[in-house]
This record gives sequence, structure tokens and C-alpha cells, in this order.
Amino acid sequence: MSGSVFDAGRVASGTSSISIRDLSLEFPIFHGGARSLKKMLFKRGKAALASSRSLRTGGEVRMDRAEGGPVYVQALENVSVEIRAGERVGLIGHNGAGKSTLLRVMAGIYMPDAPNVHIRGQVAALLDVNSGMNPELTGRENITLMGRHKGLSTAQIHQLERDVEDFAQLDTFLDLPVRLYSSGMIVRLGFGLATAITPQILLMDEWFMAGDFHFRERAEKRLSSVVNNTDILVITSHALDVLEEWCTRLIWLEGGQIRMDGPTDDVLAAYRVDMQVPDSQS
Amino acid sequence: MMVSSGSSEHTRLLDSAPRTRSRIVMACKDIADGFRLWRLAATLGWLDIRLQFSGSTLGPFWLTLTTAVMIGSMGLIYSQLFHLVLRDYLPYLSISIILWQTGLSALILESCSTFTRATETLRSVNMPYTVQALRTMMRCGIVFSYNLVVPVAVFLIFGISPGADVVLALPALLVWLVDSVALCLLLGCACARFRDIPPIVGSVMQIIFYITPIIWEPKQVGAHAWWLYFNPFYSLLEIVRRPFLGQIPTATSWLIAGGISVFFCLLALFVFSRSRSKLAFWV
Repeated sequence: MSGSVFDAGRVASGTSSISIRDLSLEFPIFHGGARSLKKMLFKRGKAALASSRSLRTGGEVRMDRAEGGPVYVQALENVSVEIRAGERVGLIGHNGAGKSTLLRVMAGIYMPDAPNVHIRGQVAALLDVNSGMNPELTGRENITLMGRHKGLSTAQIHQLERDVEDFAQLDTFLDLPVRLYSSGMIVRLGFGLATAITPQILLMDEWFMAGDFHFRERAEKRLSSVVNNTDILVITSHALDVLEEWCTRLIWLEGGQIRMDGPTDDVLAAYRVDMQVPDSQS
Repeated sequence: MMVSSGSSEHTRLLDSAPRTRSRIVMACKDIADGFRLWRLAATLGWLDIRLQFSGSTLGPFWLTLTTAVMIGSMGLIYSQLFHLVLRDYLPYLSISIILWQTGLSALILESCSTFTRATETLRSVNMPYTVQALRTMMRCGIVFSYNLVVPVAVFLIFGISPGADVVLALPALLVWLVDSVALCLLLGCACARFRDIPPIVGSVMQIIFYITPIIWEPKQVGAHAWWLYFNPFYSLLEIVRRPFLGQIPTATSWLIAGGISVFFCLLALFVFSRSRSKLAFWV
């Protein structure tokens, strides 16, 4: 795909890398008055009169200055990760451990310009089932949009369309709006689309394992051909057997911090032990 | 965790945000990348329009029809109220209403939702934010061109031709295009953060509609007409409208319109560069 816009992100094969140093990320959560300009101006005025200080409730959620301001959720805390070309990394941890947030940082969606985050290489991210698909548009139109996003020419887009059509096997559904699809069909389309163009860094959230058994088999075949051609793979999953099969290294996140980072077998052994012991000792 | 650690972590996040200069460089890069993806933005804009009118036989021509009926009835009533000749007034009214309602006003109102209506995309795809600004511009541009049929029809019916001066509208429309990108970035960011801005903008636009010569003509205020220059929207409107009426816009209009555009662009760059890294959390 020479000449496409996002070739700009490509680096020489085998030199892709992800480097995150000491990253902390707090989610601002806007609710109620925090969304209102009027209330914020009013609050600033009041705060100037009665000086208030920031307070922290618990370990993860923090209120800003005065009541009614945004609430901050500590999603990642002092996370440092170095990933080199050739590594297949899995992220594990409980729900809300920060796996998806870390994946979004690697995809350049959260904190795109942070100086302590360096991503080298062309990235493709399969972050949620819809992956930016517009549910009102037909599958075919979504394929066109994806191709335009990648800077493909019209001829290349037709090629992409055929490729995804063959893989997803949606037949006539491809010409119907995506909102009419079953969740399995959306996965077929999203997966086919995201793996049609081989990236240098592939980031995947766990949803891709959805779909019926027949599809899973074909998906794994397609994925392995993509993965063999990418420099870096980062996936999150709760399915430990999937991680065991695909990954050479696991990063175990807990409460936004890295609890363990090492070869798959070591981390999995520790994780399994931890899973069996309930949290009663704390 | 202690109270103090909470605030220090927050400060660290702020510190890790790049400094102003690099922020502006990144914002400019975003804008350049966005323009390189203009075909994506154009497709998105087209599809927006198509979805909006899916299921209606007339499609976007509904807009044209609505505008035609409105301009026709307004022309009849106001020409009576203002004691004007319909043949003089209707061409003026039609071009003014189109330029305002489907041009400036529509653009400003639409620009508020530039980023908020693309939440899904912004959260799951790494795409230059500027693409969403260009998409909004494209959508407004399409609606605008569908409606432009109405004044053209009025001019034909009354057998009026603006003459060769109409080409002067082209540089003015170019200024509008630049402004529209700036406004989408500016108001798009502001409205993503503060959700009460769109209704405020709506009310302000309503007021501006009445204080700007759109349904009334500048010459009707007589000697006080120079006051109109204090309304920047007047100049922005004049540089496009006058050429369509076969007149040359005043140099003052061009100066003010140019100045206000530069101001919009700088303000947009400032706000966009500061909001960019937080937009994914805001939408």
C-alpha cells in the first residue's frame, strides 16, 4: 500500500517499539454541574471567597476542589512498559484494572502527546466491537470509510471490500445497516476489517474472541497470519488459555498498577494462585 | 492513600502534558493530517447528509423547498411592511437569508457538536481530530449548496444578473471556509467540555439575526449605518453578499472580516492545542 497517508507512521520492519515511562493517568469524570460552564464560573467565584482544598476519598476516586467539580478516577499509576519488536504481550487483570485504558494509551487515543509515551510503528487497534463503525451505515459503507481513513485509493478500497466480504461471509447483510447485525456478525465484520491491513503494532481488546466456534477457528487462522507479520501484538483477555497460546509475555495489572510483568508461564502461575485465594486476607 | 498524594499525582499529570510550543506543533500536525484525509472527511459528511434524509423521497431537496416557501412568504409580508418593491427586495432577502441561515448561522450551530457527535469514533479510533471539523464543514457546505438554488431561482424569475462582480464572492467564500474550520475546532472543543454552551450559542445567534441586516437593509438605518461595523457578522456577511447583488464590498468590510478571521484562527489554535490531549476524556 505504498503512497497511502498512514505509511507515514510505518518504520523499518522489526524496529517498532512501545515505550511508556512512569505514566499516571487520571480520568476526569464529568457529572452533573461539572458539565456546565455557568456552574463552573459560579463555583470559581465561590471558591475564591472560601478557599477549599482538594480531598481524596478512598484510593481511586478523587473529587476536585469544591463539590460539583469533576471526579478523578486513577486509571493508571506509575506504569512503565517497554515492548520491543517480536514480543507478543498479554494484559491480564480484573475488570477495571486498567487494561483497556493502557491499550488506549498505546493506541494514541488517551494522552496522544504525552512526552513519556513513545510509540514507533503503524498501529491498528481493535478496541471495541464497533471500532468506530457507524451503526446507521451499511457494512459496505463502513468498509469504505475504514479504507478512506487508511488513505487507500478507490481501487484499493474495492480490494479491501472483497477481502472483508470473503472473510466475514455476511452475504446480503453487508448491504444492510450495521445496527441490524447480531453481535456475532458485528464481530465478523469488525475483525475482518481490522485484520485486512497488516499493521506493525496490533492492539486488541478481548471482544474478538466472541462469535461462534466455526468463526473462531477461521478468525484464529487469519489472526495468526496477521500476527506473524506484525512486529508487536498486545491483547487483553480473561481467557487464560488464549493468552497462553498467543503471548510470550504477560503484564498483570491491578488497580492501575503493574503487579507483575514477565514470561507467560511465570505470570500465569502466579495469577492462577491469586485467583484461587479469595480476597479475605485483606 | 493520603490526601496529599492525591493532589501530587494530579499535578504530575499536568506536568507531563507537553508545553505550549510543542502543544501547538502537535495541533498543527493534527490539522495537516486531517487535511490529508480530506477524502475521508468528505465521505463522512456525505454519509451524514444521506442518513439524515434516508427514507424521504425528496431527500435534501426538502431543505430547498422549505427555504423557498419561507423566503417567498417573508418576501411578500416584509415588502408590504417595509413598503418596498418586491422586485428589489426579494433578491436581497433570498441571498441574505441563505447566507445567514444555511451559511454562517448553521455552521456555528453545527460546529458545537463537531466532537460530541463523533464520540464513538474518537474513543476507539486514532484519527486526527481535524477530520471531524472538516466533516462538519462538508455537511454544512452540502446543505448550503442545496439551498443556493433558491436565490438563483429568484434572480432568474426577476431577470436580474449580478454581473461579473459575482466572482468577488469566491475569495470571500474562501475566507468562510477557513473560518468554518477554525470555528469547528474552537466551538467543538468548548462544547465538548461544557455542555451548556450550545444553547447559549443558540440564543446568541438568535439575537445576532435581528441586529444584523438580514431581513432589513443597511440603508434603512440611514446615517447610523456605520454602527453596523461594530457587529463582526455584518462584515462577514457583506463580503459574500455584495458580489451576489452586483456590488463591490467596502474595504472596511474586508478589513474587519479579515481581522476577525485571523482572530478566530488564532483563538481556535490556542483552544484546540490545549484541549486536544483531553478531548478523548471529554466526549
